[in-house]
Amino acid sequence: MLRLMDLINQLFPRSQNSRQDAKRRLQFVLAHDRVDLTPQILEQMRQEIMAVIARYVELDTDSVEFSLESDQRMTALVANVPIRRVRKEPTILDDGGDAPESSPQRDAEALESQPN
Amino acid sequence: MGRILVVTSGKGGVGKTTTTANLGMALARLGKTVALMDADFGLRNLDLLLGLENRIVYTALEVLAGECRLEQALVRDKRQPGLALLAAAQNRNKDAINPDQMKLLAEQLAGRFDYVLIDCPAGIESGFRNAIAPAQAAIVVTTPEVAAVRDADRVVGLMEAAGIRNSRLIVNRIRPGLSQVNDMMTVADVREILAIPLLGVVPDDERVIVATNRGEPLVLDKNLSLPGMAFHNIARRLEGEKVEFLDLDAPYNTLLGRLQRALQRKIF
Repeated sequence: MLRLMDLINQLFPRSQNSRQDAKRRLQFVLAHDRVDLTPQILEQMRQEIMAVIARYVELDTDSVEFSLESDQRMTALVANVPIRRVRKEPTILDDGGDAPESSPQRDAEALESQPN
Repeated sequence: MGRILVVTSGKGGVGKTTTTANLGMALARLGKTVALMDADFGLRNLDLLLGLENRIVYTALEVLAGECRLEQALVRDKRQPGLALLAAAQNRNKDAINPDQMKLLAEQLAGRFDYVLIDCPAGIESGFRNAIAPAQAAIVVTTPEVAAVRDADRVVGLMEAAGIRNSRLIVNRIRPGLSQVNDMMTVADVREILAIPLLGVVPDDERVIVATNRGEPLVLDKNLSLPGMAFHNIARRLEGEKVEFLDLDAPYNTLLGRLQRALQRKIF
C-alpha cells in the first residue's frame, strides 16, 4: 500500500506523521497495561516456555521474539521462535526432577535458562 | 426507575464535567427529567459549569446526615425545569462518602428522575470507586491523545472488573484539521484501540470556553453550535434514536483540504 504522500515524504524527507506513532505506541503500552503482568513475571514465563520448546527443537536463542499484542480488548502473547533443527528424540522431563540425567540428548546450551 | 449513568475518563481535563452538564441539559430539553450528581467531593465544578453555584444550600452530605431532605438539597434549574443538581461538598475530601452511600442517593434519585448522571472525579482511587458504584452503564470521555486514551482504557478495564460492561465512548476535542494531515489520531483510531461502542464525537471549539465562563451549557443556545449539536445528538442516541455522527471534516472540504487528502489516498 502506497500513498502519494509517502512518495513525497521519500523524495523530501521530513519528520514522519505523528498519528501513526501515537497509535503504535498506545497499542504496545495497552497490551501490557491490560494483562497487568510485571516484567519479572513476563521474563520468567518467557524462560519457562523457551525451556519447554528447547526439549523438542534446537532454538536460535538470540533471535527469539516475545511480545504482547492487543486487539478488540483481547490480549495475545505472540512468540516468534526460530528453530535451528528438530531434535531426533525429544528430551522428556518428568516432574520428579531426575529426568535431565536420564536424557543424554539434552542440549546443555538450550536448557541453560531452565529454572529448577 | 430511571437509568443511572456515570461519566468518567481516568485522566483529568478531558471534558467529563462539560459533557455531564451538556448531556443533562440536552436530555432535559428532550423532555426527560434528569438529576446530575457531582461525585467530585472537594473539587466540585459541575455547579459552576451549570451556572448554579450561587443556589447551593445543601449537599449530598447533609442529605446523608439527615440534616435535610433529598428534595431540599436538589437545585432545580430555572432554564430547564426537568434538570436538578445534587452538589458535592466542597470543604471535604473524597473519603467523606462511601460507595454504599452513593448507591443509596443515586437509587433514591432514580426513583424520581428518568436519568441520573454521575460526574466522576479524575483518577481511579476512592472518588472513582464511589462514582461508579451505583452506575448501570458508563460514558467514557476521552480526547484523541495518547495519555487520555491510555487512561480511558484503564477505567474501562476497572469498570469491567466491577461488573459495568456496557461502556460507551465519547471522543471529545477533535481537531479535524490535524487528523487530516495525520498529526492527530482519528475517531476511528481511538475507537479501534479502545474497542467499545462509539456514543458521540465532539469537536474542539472556542465556544466551549465561552459557555464555561458564563455557566451556560452550549446546548441551551437557540442556534446550536457544532459542539452543541454534538451533545444534543448524544442525548438523542441515549434515548435510543439512530443519529448519524457529525461530519467534522465538512469545513475542511476546501481546495487545500481536498489536495491534502488526495495526497493521503492509497495509490497502490
